[in-house]
Amino acid sequence: MALAKRIIPCLDVENGRVVKGVNFVDIRDAGDPVEIAKRYNEQGADEITFLDITATHEGRDTTVHTVEKIAAEVFIPLTVGGGIRTVDDIRTMLNAGADKVAINSAAIHNPDFVKEAAERFGSQCIVVAIDAKQVSTEGEPLRWEIFTHGGRKPTGINAVEWAVKMVANGAGEILLTSMDGDGTKKGYDLPLNKAISDAVSVPVIASGGVGELQHLVDGVKQGGVDAVLAASIFHFGEHTVPEAKQFMAQQGIEVRL
Amino acid sequence: MAKSTVAVIDYGMGNLHSVASALQHVGDNVNVIVTGDAEKIIAADRVIFPGVGAIRDCMAEILRLGVDQVVAEVAATKPMLAICVGMQALMNSSEENNGVNCLGLFPGEVKFFGDPLIGPDNEKLKVPHMGWNQLHQTIDHPLWSGIEQDSRFYFVHSYYVHTTDPALVAATTDYGVNIHAALYRDNVFAAQCHPEKSSTAGLQLLDNFLRWDGQS
Repeated sequence: MALAKRIIPCLDVENGRVVKGVNFVDIRDAGDPVEIAKRYNEQGADEITFLDITATHEGRDTTVHTVEKIAAEVFIPLTVGGGIRTVDDIRTMLNAGADKVAINSAAIHNPDFVKEAAERFGSQCIVVAIDAKQVSTEGEPLRWEIFTHGGRKPTGINAVEWAVKMVANGAGEILLTSMDGDGTKKGYDLPLNKAISDAVSVPVIASGGVGELQHLVDGVKQGGVDAVLAASIFHFGEHTVPEAKQFMAQQGIEVRL
Repeated sequence: MAKSTVAVIDYGMGNLHSVASALQHVGDNVNVIVTGDAEKIIAADRVIFPGVGAIRDCMAEILRLGVDQVVAEVAATKPMLAICVGMQALMNSSEENNGVNCLGLFPGEVKFFGDPLIGPDNEKLKVPHMGWNQLHQTIDHPLWSGIEQDSRFYFVHSYYVHTTDPALVAATTDYGVNIHAALYRDNVFAAQCHPEKSSTAGLQLLDNFLRWDGQS
């Protein structure tokens, strides 16, 4: 009897539509985030993460309505990330029904923003999203740096030190994306996940690179993470959430079945 | 038949949208109101006492707005469900924020998990306790109706309830320590987990609450 490791499908949403496509067999509209969130909920997802990649202001109003609709029908935790820059942005998303918000680049521009957010709303709803890339070369001790702008822009910030600092500032959870792994289907960056999981006291969610179910197991067993996030393996019907959970359970990982 | 009314007490702490929409979702003939108005709360058929965030801020608002009086009256008269920090606020005191006095409806205190928190296999456990853990029902109670023993519920908290009266415990959960995850007395029920975020099992608990006559 123990806390279950969480499986979190992730939806990338632009202007109120899920991008990267989602293929469920009998779903009417594969771009509707509400339908997709409901489907993952029915499959037994432990949580849903909704990353808003909308650039425009008008589009962001659409996002708020989408979050409201999901929250009215899906009764599992919902994390919303992307474009969270101010205390007002956080309040808007929480009032729309999000349970947590993920703060990414705004924390880099102003680390005190996380402190302010945690004091205002409580650490339990403040997730800091970290996009990291390995910068050490072969033969050197492993080292990762924070990157912004979709992995294009280095910041010079050490990823492990940054995670520790963000937790000290009040982050209640770390969403850790390996920019090296993202989209490669080669699995999570396990040493990175392990380094950060060991360094912080709060839960860590592994993200970036899942191509098969074994990667989820590796994330937990070797990366030491508390939750595993994946998008495409679920979206394209390669695997369902129950399949993932069964597979993990068979390998001795505690999951909610 | 007239709709029954359930009031979700709003004292300015956090997001009550989830619990209100979950109640609306399960209750066919229920009018859900989110309010801080004492008269409306006392006039409701049943009451949810939620809470989120730090206990010192919660207690400060509870006292400033007179919610303590409202809760005392509700606790004496009608079915009440306290959730998460709402449950913690019913204890005598909390260790959070260097010690905060609470409402004292249940004997005992709210303790810190500890740093480091060590699990049964000598592993280091993360704090907050965040995610789906098993709720072990220790009594028969109408609120457990239709919910399987050891069902998983969603938790998120860094402090946990420990009552000094074991007869009041309705469920426990293990996370390095034995958490008193649900307490009950007469028409009052309190849960550390979030039923509004606990999918089918959580919705069942809320549905049971909406049907509950306040007897255990």
